Amino acid sequence: MTGAALRAFVTIAIALAAGVLWWVFSLALLEGPGERLAPLAAEALPRSGVGNPVTAVLLNFRAYDTLLELAVLLAAVLGIWASGPPDRGFAPAEIVLAGLVDWLVPLLILAAGYLLWVGGQAPGGAFQAGAMLAAAGVVLRLAGTPRAGLPRGDWQRVLVVAGVAAFLAVGLALMAIGHGFLTYPPGHAKWLILTIETAATLAIGATLAAAYVGGSPPDGPPGEDRA
Amino acid sequence: MITALLYTAAGLLLFCLGLWSFLMHRPLLRKLIALNVMGSGVFLVFVALAYRGPEGAPDPVPHALVLTGIVVAVSATALALALGRRLEEAERD
Amino acid sequence: MTPDLVLFDLLLIGALLALASACLFSAELQRAVILFIVFGLLLTLVWARLQAPDVALAEAAIGAGLSGALLLAAARRLARRGGRPEDRP
Repeated sequence: MTGAALRAFVTIAIALAAGVLWWVFSLALLEGPGERLAPLAAEALPRSGVGNPVTAVLLNFRAYDTLLELAVLLAAVLGIWASGPPDRGFAPAEIVLAGLVDWLVPLLILAAGYLLWVGGQAPGGAFQAGAMLAAAGVVLRLAGTPRAGLPRGDWQRVLVVAGVAAFLAVGLALMAIGHGFLTYPPGHAKWLILTIETAATLAIGATLAAAYVGGSPPDGPPGEDRA
Repeated sequence: MITALLYTAAGLLLFCLGLWSFLMHRPLLRKLIALNVMGSGVFLVFVALAYRGPEGAPDPVPHALVLTGIVVAVSATALALALGRRLEEAERD
Repeated sequence: MTPDLVLFDLLLIGALLALASACLFSAELQRAVILFIVFGLLLTLVWARLQAPDVALAEAAIGAGLSGALLLAAARRLARRGGRPEDRP
């Protein structure tokens, strides 16, 4: 098939697929909502230990999903580390940018802490807080810190694993004392969730910052730092 | 109801636009942008389906799914960029 | 459902789709990346409109900020290595 014919074929095929999809979705929408999970979630919210329904879904009702999602993040960063050393990074910042960074990074870390804490009751939570930490890392790397504020070698690995580790530790400890895996006992849910969320925030922040650096972390004692 | 329909349609259009661009472009970066636009279309359909009018509380379950989806999308993008860079280095050597 | 709100919805969706097309059809790679960042910011507005503030927060930080930074760094590397990125296989 020639280029133009292929182009026309793909365009028509996608247009047809769009029509079918629109037909299906509009039918589904016009049928009315039917059986949904929202009433179940709303009913169980007071027992979940948090007031924000999205956090309740993420860390209580569907905690398995979030655990596996953190595992996906871990797999992605392992793949990035396996693809060799990172780029050299940027030249050290001049005085104006350096001054801005000195202000911005503490503010971002503070915002991350706030989002983590407020996530129990209002919009916010581990993902948003982790993204703030990663943003601080990106700003640091842009201003000439090659490792984006991440610790050296082994500690970086510990940080990246922290989310999955805390999740599994809490889940297995709950199993050991006779509850289901990640079935929080009533009254303790809030603090267990906050523990997991704190570890997850650090892990997500470290993972995304490491993904931005885009290469294996430097190993060994100080002085062998490749960057 | 009309709001949900409107935004669902927008999500479908975004998905199809992204798919077209994904199939039509060869450079990795173009494909990644297209993939991200496709993902945004899917997220838009999810959040539109969760919308319950200006007074009703929206369904939190699709919101949670979209939240994890956004984070997975960015990590997949970063992994693809790292692999692409490695590939270029290997080809240059 | 007020007509004002429907008008706002239509404007927002129109701008979103226009930005997406401008980004996907842009001839220049760096311009495409920057349009993608703007697209992410507008998407944040859509999440806020659809009463998904959690998603809006994540999108603002990740969708617009972090993926934008990642893609920009990659586009910059391609451009710096010489050769027009468009011509690369």
